[in-house]
Amino acid sequence: MSEIALVTQLKDKFGDGIVTVELAAIDAWVEVTASALIDVCEFLRDVEDYHYDMCNCITAIDYLHTDPKKAEKVDWAPHIELVYHLSSIATKKTLVIKVKIPRWKDEAAQQLPEIPSVAGVWTTAIWHEREVYDLSGVNFIGHPELKRILCPDDWEGYPLRKDYEMPLEYHGMRGR
Amino acid sequence: MSATNIDDPRVIEFDVRTDEMLINMGPQHPSTHGVLRLALRTDGEIVSDLEPHIGYLHRCAEKIGENLTARQFVPYTDRMDYLAAMNMNLGWALTIEKLLDHDVPEKGRHLRVLICEMNRIASHLVAMGTYGLDLGAFSPFLYAFRERERILDLFEKACGARLTYSYIAPGGATADLPVGWTAECSKFINQFKKIIPEFHTLLTTNAIFIARTTGVGILSPRMAIDYGCTGPVLRGSGVYHDLRFHGEERYTELYDGYEFDVICADSETGKYPSSHQEVYKDGLEYPDVPSDAILGDCWHRFYVRMLEVVQSVRLIEQSIVKYDACSGSHGEPIKLTQKLPVGEAYLETEAPRGQMGFYVVSDGQSNPWRVRARSSCFSNLYVTAPLCRGVLLADVPAVVGSLDVVMGEIDR
Repeated sequence: MSEIALVTQLKDKFGDGIVTVELAAIDAWVEVTASALIDVCEFLRDVEDYHYDMCNCITAIDYLHTDPKKAEKVDWAPHIELVYHLSSIATKKTLVIKVKIPRWKDEAAQQLPEIPSVAGVWTTAIWHEREVYDLSGVNFIGHPELKRILCPDDWEGYPLRKDYEMPLEYHGMRGR
Repeated sequence: MSATNIDDPRVIEFDVRTDEMLINMGPQHPSTHGVLRLALRTDGEIVSDLEPHIGYLHRCAEKIGENLTARQFVPYTDRMDYLAAMNMNLGWALTIEKLLDHDVPEKGRHLRVLICEMNRIASHLVAMGTYGLDLGAFSPFLYAFRERERILDLFEKACGARLTYSYIAPGGATADLPVGWTAECSKFINQFKKIIPEFHTLLTTNAIFIARTTGVGILSPRMAIDYGCTGPVLRGSGVYHDLRFHGEERYTELYDGYEFDVICADSETGKYPSSHQEVYKDGLEYPDVPSDAILGDCWHRFYVRMLEVVQSVRLIEQSIVKYDACSGSHGEPIKLTQKLPVGEAYLETEAPRGQMGFYVVSDGQSNPWRVRARSSCFSNLYVTAPLCRGVLLADVPAVVGSLDVVMGEIDR
């Protein structure tokens, strides 16, 4: 696989910043730490022979079983996974970057988990990160204008979280 | 002006307000192509800043996807880009097939190419018609819709629906094409080919249209990539990239054995590929690029769509021959409660408006754990703000129209 050379470069350069590499998956992915994310992304955008110059999609996946019986059966602790789908116009290659972060920075105070924003690497990330913030509740540090994009500004909660509950009422409109 | 002139009734220009003004456009403005709201800050006639507000058509498609099986989600993909629902169906179907590692028979492959390219023509016809409408030309819209109606009639015969088809499903298609359908389709294509030059007379070479679109909203290739623009918006800037050629194997193998060109102006000569001339054997000349046009402006984005229609005609002609030569099954759709394997798959396809991506994460149930739709228009719309800074207020519809956004796909 052609990604092997890239992964070697990544490991040499970032060491512990690279957590897991899974080249045998349907889409090859590399898991990095939140603190190394920006540097890895900048490296990937400019690296010779690959040039991941386009950020196609940013997704947040909420890993949480609200049913305690189901939660016992799985081998992961609740967390949020951010998935960055990258591709290259120049070399036509694709790569997936993953970052795992906790579900809350401080759950009692409802403080959102934090991750550095990649808006400085790819401008398109500004809207994608706003959408992730809006629907999954992730705070992107360094984002130029982090506010809701699809939901109204005064909406409460983060709809794509697994423990989200639909409000019963919104400005006099019945929710259920 | 001094206040002393106020008493003189002939002086009308006293106390002129020269400050900036906020103008609201939409969400019901006809030239915003759906429910898009633009907040504009203007300095006289010049737009100094712009912010798009979206979300008026948000229907929680991704959340709904977590509560439905893969097969049940197909109708929701129709309602994303409702002008190219077949292409949306295809994107979802291929993503699920990628996760299941399921292959579609040869006949199903040609059927998909045939149907999707027909939908691409229908979609580009709407883009062309409404773009004329945005700029005040009403007649091209009627010509475009006349032809589109005929495509919709054909789709109605194939699947019973005119707009939200749910025809292409994971595993294949809900039904084979009816007997005699391909003959009707080639009859339509033969007539349609002769009509395409009419559109160029109506819009492409129209002096007013050229004046309104050339040199407006110039998007550089570098900026287009940085802002994640795809499809005709990206190719209008001269970037040679089309997923039907450069995409993943699962998608490009659909087009194996087909002959067509990526429509994109050569960055050095500014010329477009000339293969469309082959479609017109009676020596019809395609209009040249006007001298005022700059690569990446509204005119180029429009022209790329017009030439893509011709490439789709080429593809349809080939696929009809290939489809008719096939026998056997077109591919049965997967079961309604088909369990998905643990894993995840992401696939992008070249929809008429750009790269439409679907992402499925499964934990082994028949309902996906997470569904994500990467909308092409979402990224394409974001570039409006930088493109509109410094243009005339009247040119804002020209820029937004040239991006050809569909709000159903942006808001999902």
